[in-house]
Amino acid sequence: MNDLTVGDVIAEKSFALSRDSLVRYAGASGDFNPIHYRDDVAQSVGLPGVLAHGMHTMGLAIQPIVEWLGGDSGRVLDYQVRFTRPVLVDPAEGATIIVTAKVGALDEAGARIDLVVTYNGDTVLGKAQARIAR
Amino acid sequence: MNPELQGRAFAPTAPYLVGREKIREFSRAVYSTSPINLDPAAAQAAGYADVVAPPTFAVVIQEATLAQLLAEPDAGIDFSRVVHGDQRFTYSRPIIAGDELTATLAVTSIKSLGGHSMVTAQSTIVDAAGAHVVTATSTLVVRGDE
Repeated sequence: MNDLTVGDVIAEKSFALSRDSLVRYAGASGDFNPIHYRDDVAQSVGLPGVLAHGMHTMGLAIQPIVEWLGGDSGRVLDYQVRFTRPVLVDPAEGATIIVTAKVGALDEAGARIDLVVTYNGDTVLGKAQARIAR
Repeated sequence: MNPELQGRAFAPTAPYLVGREKIREFSRAVYSTSPINLDPAAAQAAGYADVVAPPTFAVVIQEATLAQLLAEPDAGIDFSRVVHGDQRFTYSRPIIAGDELTATLAVTSIKSLGGHSMVTAQSTIVDAAGAHVVTATSTLVVRGDE
């Protein structure tokens, strides 16, 4: 962590989501809101179709940082996001989420890593930040 | 939404026993490649008693407190209009398989903004000894009539 500079890109990764991934996350998390697996229900509440769980996007977006930490997810002390845009997951094509992790701030205790998370060229998370212990 | 929810005391949730396979299942669902999330031997080699939960796993324990909030008879929250606005986890230590966790809900803020309501729910999660593990904070946006 000593050789880092604010603004450094520490990790970049893309994730290919499919409807199968959404069902898997629903089961793992216990969030069975049908807007995440039924187009008819999603459309009945005014959405274009099935969306990824916001918490699914949040959960995968931290993974490039965890990999950068050599897998030690225990060093993530604080993690926050704002959900700014939905991720529509096409039944055939799925959806690709691209995560870029940059050093936002450095201090004695560790680092703040800022995430840019995009889908179809638009950011889907705002103020996505993780505090990492040194 | 009922502004009197702010400051109301909620009962702690029933203890949640964190299972090793549940952590592994959740880890795969969020595309974790971390050996300490998936392999007990790797977790032990890194100094943890068992597999370590990914940073957003606390939502599984927090969920019971959000269900309490939505079920409050006088809350006036229509679940079909609820959108997740933001989310935060603040850890004292990571969640490890074998932990028995209890969450206590507090409504820390209720605001109205342009016909929508915003409620901030803070869930304090402690272990069997009562020591703080993580605080999970969600802001839920309840959309007004269009």
